[in-house]
Amino acid sequence: MAMPLNAVLENLRDTRVWKSIFRRGPANSNRTRSIAVFGNLFLHWLPVKVREKSLRVRAAYYLGSLALLLFIILVVTGVLLMFYYHPAAPNAYRDMKDLRFVVSNGVFLRNMHRIGAHLMVLLVFWHMFHVFYRGGYKPPHEFNWVVGVVLLMVTLFLSYTGYLLPWDQLAFWAVTVGTNIISAMPMIGSKVRFVALGGNIVGENALLRFYVLHVVILPLLAFLFIGVHFWRVQKDGGLTVRSREEDGTNKD
Amino acid sequence: MEQTKIESGFNSDAKQNPRRIVFITRNTSAKIKDERGPKLMTYPNLLVREAIVFEVLVVAMVLVSLFWDAPLEQLANPLLTPNPAKAPWYFLGLQELLHFFPPFVAGILIPTLVLIALVVIPYFKVNVEDKPLLDENAGRRVGIVLGVVVGLLILLAVFDAWTIIVPTAAVAVLLLLAYQSKANRGWLRVLRTKPLSWWVMTWFIATAICLTIVGTFFRGPGWSWVWPWGTHAV
Repeated sequence: MAMPLNAVLENLRDTRVWKSIFRRGPANSNRTRSIAVFGNLFLHWLPVKVREKSLRVRAAYYLGSLALLLFIILVVTGVLLMFYYHPAAPNAYRDMKDLRFVVSNGVFLRNMHRIGAHLMVLLVFWHMFHVFYRGGYKPPHEFNWVVGVVLLMVTLFLSYTGYLLPWDQLAFWAVTVGTNIISAMPMIGSKVRFVALGGNIVGENALLRFYVLHVVILPLLAFLFIGVHFWRVQKDGGLTVRSREEDGTNKD
Repeated sequence: MEQTKIESGFNSDAKQNPRRIVFITRNTSAKIKDERGPKLMTYPNLLVREAIVFEVLVVAMVLVSLFWDAPLEQLANPLLTPNPAKAPWYFLGLQELLHFFPPFVAGILIPTLVLIALVVIPYFKVNVEDKPLLDENAGRRVGIVLGVVVGLLILLAVFDAWTIIVPTAAVAVLLLLAYQSKANRGWLRVLRTKPLSWWVMTWFIATAICLTIVGTFFRGPGWSWVWPWGTHAV
């Protein structure tokens, strides 16, 4: 009974099942620690080694990692919300009421998704400005900066399409105000707006279109570009780290 | 002839005809002195830190979710327009612009230009070199920048766009202070080391934050000025 936890883990690592999954011994040498990263599908886009300086909180405040985690939290809470949601008017609004009064922890679920969405927009902006002030856009990182701008757009559209889904006054008029701007495009403005809304007003068709964009198309785009973004960080040689000389003149 | 063959990369004769790329003589080191500090193994150093950061975020979000509720208003009603009807907070800067400028300028032209400007940042040499704006020819450069700023301020004044005028003027004053200052230390000296891109981005962020805060907290019926602590008919 009184087996220490370490001994249990050691024994577990010796089992055939464990070995079949991880295909490496305990991570007690730099070789096995390297394999732990590049031999793992979910970690292989990370470099095997990182600069000590880039680990410091002030290097990036972990903003990119936080944005990724928020995306994962939003996918999980979003999929759970989909179990209770009908993209139709006025059913969508009734589902919001159900989440509040009927579904167990429905309020909590919706709160997490809402806060996560606002926070993600905030963090992605902060991340971009921080990268700019650190000079993180400079060669060889130019293209990853552009990917980042694409991700900013995807984040904004994700948040904005989600804004309509509760189908309350706040959602309806926010989207009406926003999509009216599209009409100001010369020549094709009203046509583009018609395509975006599936009609001339924000109605049931617009709700369905925003829903499909919000739960399928934009998350897939985000997933794709997040993959490229993180992978390129590694390929371009890790986070931008300043030399000691630059650190002296550039205290921000 | 040989040269072009090698550089084109196709049908390269490089293997048959090796080219000398670098000399390493006895007294020089091939190792470049790296000022960026030592490297550590990602596993566990980075992964443990990421896990801690993630846990802190999840705990914080759960706490907020327990004590703050996502808003839910009445059922959507196309016949009942709230005054003011506001977009989500991150678009309120744009909505504030719409108050001053024609819809095409505020809603299409300016966002498109901002987007293009963001994308091309790393492709301009001046942004990559990052030389201090107030270095050589500081007087002439400040003159040019101030000329542009004054022209912009006049244009903004024509449109009464004073929520842009304030941050624009503030950043311009900061630039002037840094230019005039003879200090050898402190924040004014730090400002003197900043490149043009820093000044432009700082101006952009200051303006965006100002517009967003005004749009979020200080705009009421008919997009009129209200105080967030004041009461007004909804």
